[in-house]
Amino acid sequence: MAHAQMKRKSADATGRKRKSGSTEPEAAAPSKKQPKIVRLTATDLAEKQREISVSEFFTKNRHLLGFDSPAKALLTTVKEAVDNALDACEEAGILPDLLLEIQEISETRYRIAVQDNGPGIVKAQIPKIFGQLLYGSKFHRLRQSRGQQGIGISAAGMYGQLTTGKPITVISRIGAGKPAHKFDIQIDTRRNAPVVVADHEVEWTPQHGTRVELEIEATYKKGRHSVDGYVEQTAMANPHAQITYVAPTGERTELPRVANELPKPPQEIKPHPHGVELGILLKMLHDTKARNLRGFLASEFSRVSAAVAEEIATTAGLSGGMTTQKAAREQAEALYKAIQATKLMAPPSNVLSPIGEELLLEGLRKQIDARFYAATSRSPSVYRGNPFLVEAAIAFGAEQLPADEPVTLIRFANRVPLLYQQSACAVTKSVIQTNWKSYGIQQSRGALPLGPMILMVHIASVWVPFTSESKEAVASYPEIMKEIRLALQDVGRKLGIFIRRGMREADAEKKRSYIEKYIPHIGIALQEILSISDKEKEKVCATLKDTLERSRKL
Amino acid sequence: MSDTNVVPKIKKEAKAVEESILKKKTPSLKFPIRSLANVRYLEKEGYFEIRGKKKERTLTVNTVKTFAQTLRMMALSKTLVETDDMATKREAYYVSKNWDDARFLEQTESDTVMDDVEALFEVNREQLGFVPEEKGGDVAGTLVVVDKDPDTGKSIRIDCTKFGSGAYSIPISVEDLKFETKAKFILVIETAGMFQRLVKHGYWKKANCILVSMGGVPTRACRRFIRRLADSMKIPVYVFVDGDPYGISNIYRTFKVGSGNAAHINEFFCVPQARFLGITPQDIIDYKLPTHPLKDVDVKRAKDAVKNDPFFQHHKPWAKAMEQLMSMGVRAEQQALAAHGLNYVMDTYLPEKIAHPERFLP
Repeated sequence: MAHAQMKRKSADATGRKRKSGSTEPEAAAPSKKQPKIVRLTATDLAEKQREISVSEFFTKNRHLLGFDSPAKALLTTVKEAVDNALDACEEAGILPDLLLEIQEISETRYRIAVQDNGPGIVKAQIPKIFGQLLYGSKFHRLRQSRGQQGIGISAAGMYGQLTTGKPITVISRIGAGKPAHKFDIQIDTRRNAPVVVADHEVEWTPQHGTRVELEIEATYKKGRHSVDGYVEQTAMANPHAQITYVAPTGERTELPRVANELPKPPQEIKPHPHGVELGILLKMLHDTKARNLRGFLASEFSRVSAAVAEEIATTAGLSGGMTTQKAAREQAEALYKAIQATKLMAPPSNVLSPIGEELLLEGLRKQIDARFYAATSRSPSVYRGNPFLVEAAIAFGAEQLPADEPVTLIRFANRVPLLYQQSACAVTKSVIQTNWKSYGIQQSRGALPLGPMILMVHIASVWVPFTSESKEAVASYPEIMKEIRLALQDVGRKLGIFIRRGMREADAEKKRSYIEKYIPHIGIALQEILSISDKEKEKVCATLKDTLERSRKL
Repeated sequence: MSDTNVVPKIKKEAKAVEESILKKKTPSLKFPIRSLANVRYLEKEGYFEIRGKKKERTLTVNTVKTFAQTLRMMALSKTLVETDDMATKREAYYVSKNWDDARFLEQTESDTVMDDVEALFEVNREQLGFVPEEKGGDVAGTLVVVDKDPDTGKSIRIDCTKFGSGAYSIPISVEDLKFETKAKFILVIETAGMFQRLVKHGYWKKANCILVSMGGVPTRACRRFIRRLADSMKIPVYVFVDGDPYGISNIYRTFKVGSGNAAHINEFFCVPQARFLGITPQDIIDYKLPTHPLKDVDVKRAKDAVKNDPFFQHHKPWAKAMEQLMSMGVRAEQQALAAHGLNYVMDTYLPEKIAHPERFLP
């Protein structure tokens, strides 16, 4: 994909969802079936090679996006809709007020509705946003947001259409004086374009906001790995949001707002030179609008001043004034090496939006009644040129948690709960590698620690490296692993102090009772052996008790 | 064997504890360390002697429970000795059930405390009034044991040739026994099965010997019985066990020179004149015996013996034999001789071996 198109296309007035309009051929390899005996010429093959639309690719590879099982499909759909709603509210500076309703149509079919109090979407943009399966601009910009790939809600809409044939329904209103619009949208999978089935103006009470409804083939399960758990955890990581959840059973859960302020808005940054690979660098060199190499380096990257740009060019043996479009591969490689060899300031890190220790604790307290809480929010760090930060929190000693089972680990990336592929995740690996025994927590080799504990880890980054497109596990970059470990050690130390204090008290109590229990027996034995009087025996016991109690205080 | 009364020793120790307490000090007891690391091999006398290392148990908050239990065990011992009674280890454990919080929860706990007390006074547990449950061992052959009738105190002559296919059972206390025999040697056997075979076919008649079955690691009574018998009758002792690290380093070594655990009394509970008849590693080759591979635990035991056991360090032929066994990587049981015929052991193996006692391993 050309770099020029990576520029964000401001799709709508509200900034609700930005997507680039590309319908370029998908890079994935078309399937080529070659009979074993008949030899085909290149020309023959060429006839069979054709473009594949993004939507067609998706229909064949739905598992890549988290639609591999009916249970997961439900969760993914809810997740996409909720992510969008939260992102929209935050970008417009509105405290989110969300309504999530899941209605059971049959055992294998559900209708999902997500409604927000966001800014709404202008009428003309609605079909494109929900009816075109596209690569979003979030993929190319570097900014902490829930969605990264930007495939989003339209993929869920396509899944619904594939499994139930029902269109996606959208109601949106952008202000008090404006009418609300209701659309039924289908996707033409061959053309990857929206087809508007119905379009009315409707009566709608909210002054602004958006409601999305989808009907999909799915199954609903209760528990931590289901929508129930997702909603609960989303509330923990988004204390500024008010969420109302109506489960398929009809049960209504209100998750009240804990923080009355929006989190600090994250900022977009340019890529840091140390995080750029040679191929990308080549492409950027050719696509840039800068007049020369010096300008290119200074304008396309963060932390590169004119002086630093000149330094890089000199190290690479190139002229700062050369035009970049004509740069040969060798020159690009020299430039790449020069960039790696140049000391650069770390990327700006104040662009991230952490949850913060206080709100982490608040979220946990709301979730569970425990004897001890601790939280830490690390300062930002960098992996491959991308700033990121890690936060961790624990709640220990809750009655409803079993003492002899692995701790409950809750993972978040950019405030989104990760419910699947726990064992493949860098967070889990770091938790396992941390030595919890030194904090007084049981742990067998290569396993999660045991105990009545909830362990929560949040990774915020302009670009969270997931192991797959379905965004379920964070890749194990050493820098990320290290930061997670440091965060865990930080909360672990606090927990260790608490546990040891408890153990010391129990120990002292035990020893006190030891003295009470066993000293009389020393008296009895001495009396039996030495035939001393009861009075002498009492004296021995009293003296010994006194001696031992004094020795303990020393 | 020293026959000093243990009661004054107990009183002396208890008095020291009492005085220390009244001086507002924390009392302590000094126990000799009972392990192979704290023994030395006495070449001339031929047994493991305990070295001076002691562990001191000071009365602190942490040790108050064990300390109380040790003192109560001492008091129990004093009562037993004074009333001329005795208690088995199991009985002593049940007596402790009257001690409220100081009672033992498992017999292993009371056994350990008993062993500590025994070592503290450097006496045999029988002198403390405690007796083991274990069986002493079986005897058959040309031997008369002179014992006393428990009721009348009159001498009883027990003829060990008159037990038919059964055997005389070694009692727990053997100090007062006397012996009459014309046997040429004592053959000490590891397994009851091999003992049975030799008794049934009257091997002791043919070879004019005394047969003793140990049934695994020999009990203290068994070792003491053979020691007294061999000393008083001046006859050689040959040991016949499995050809594996357990038979050699645990059974034979304990039999001959004592153990680390009973280091304080090895002097009396060992049979230094014992010689190793078989099965030697060389026998496995010479007699083409069927074998089993050495298990990990066997290899570990053998390595440990060569490296840490003063007995093997002192006897080069033994160190060599162990190395040989390890390099062969196999073990052979006594019963393996049955591969050449059930009575091969009596008709061929034992006669051939006994013809050359000078070839026995030390």
